Amino acid sequence: MRIKVNGKDYEVPDGLTVSLMLEFFKINKNYVAVERNKEIVSRKDWEYVMVCEGDVFEIVTFVGGG
Amino acid sequence: MTEDYLVIGDKKFKSRLFVGTGKYSTPEMMLGAIEASGAEVVTVAIRRMNIEGQKRTILDYLSEISCTILPNTAGCYTAEEAIRTARLARELGLSNMVKLEVIGDQKTLFPDNEALLEAARVLVKEGFLVLPYTNDDPVMAKKLEDIGCAAVMPLGAPIGSGLGIRNPYNIKIILETVKVPVIVDAGVGTASDASFAMELGCAGVLMNTGIAGAKDPIKMAKAMKLAVEAGRLAYLAGRIPKKLYASASSPMDNLIE
Repeated sequence: MRIKVNGKDYEVPDGLTVSLMLEFFKINKNYVAVERNKEIVSRKDWEYVMVCEGDVFEIVTFVGGG
Repeated sequence: MTEDYLVIGDKKFKSRLFVGTGKYSTPEMMLGAIEASGAEVVTVAIRRMNIEGQKRTILDYLSEISCTILPNTAGCYTAEEAIRTARLARELGLSNMVKLEVIGDQKTLFPDNEALLEAARVLVKEGFLVLPYTNDDPVMAKKLEDIGCAAVMPLGAPIGSGLGIRNPYNIKIILETVKVPVIVDAGVGTASDASFAMELGCAGVLMNTGIAGAKDPIKMAKAMKLAVEAGRLAYLAGRIPKKLYASASSPMDNLIE
């Protein structure tokens, strides 16, 4: 299925939880926050929330800043 | 001397220098500068994770040192964006503090006070320790204190300008107006600017470009550490009043004839 992550379209396997999606993208789960369709998905819910066709994700982290 | 701590909400810091992590040429340089500055509070920004390429984040580096993370909402031009960014920052689980910025103008990066107040109100209610970046405006500072901000952070001069404390009189009035810590944020160009802010009685100074943009950031970080400490000590010691004419330091009696 197709989803949008950080402004770009990706094809990902069906039946992914948010947690599995992060693994799919090989992302260090300790250092990110996830928004799905403009709503934050809490870390504790990553195991349960399913990724759906057409979902729009923002996956953010800290970067250098003042 | 009794220990002199900076207290913000439920947090207590020995160092009164807060440093940014932007604009460094390498992560190693950044770490070296943070270490040399002695800062305990370190600001970071929130951005999209690089999904395809390099996945090492700044936290991989910052985890090597002990520091308190202060996420900012830099780049936000509306209250909504700033609130959204602050919530995402807290979701990362490292800090409930936020350096709240709502920018009103791209060229000066001056804050949009109306939107800042709106965002601060929401975030305070949600339990954030809100440290707003604001103009050097005492009325605004008071409003931010009244709605529950944990500190106020008036600018010394525009972000990255290095112009120093352009309106020390306003900073003084802010210091008389609010009880929460006043931290000068932005504008510091060199050590004397930082000392000056502290001599005025500010609780702390936050800077990024002043260190990261120096020819030798690590040396400048050390200079800033000493400057903040010296300025604080001078403030606590109580400076002499300024006078127009001389008063001799040596005794005037028993002079040889």
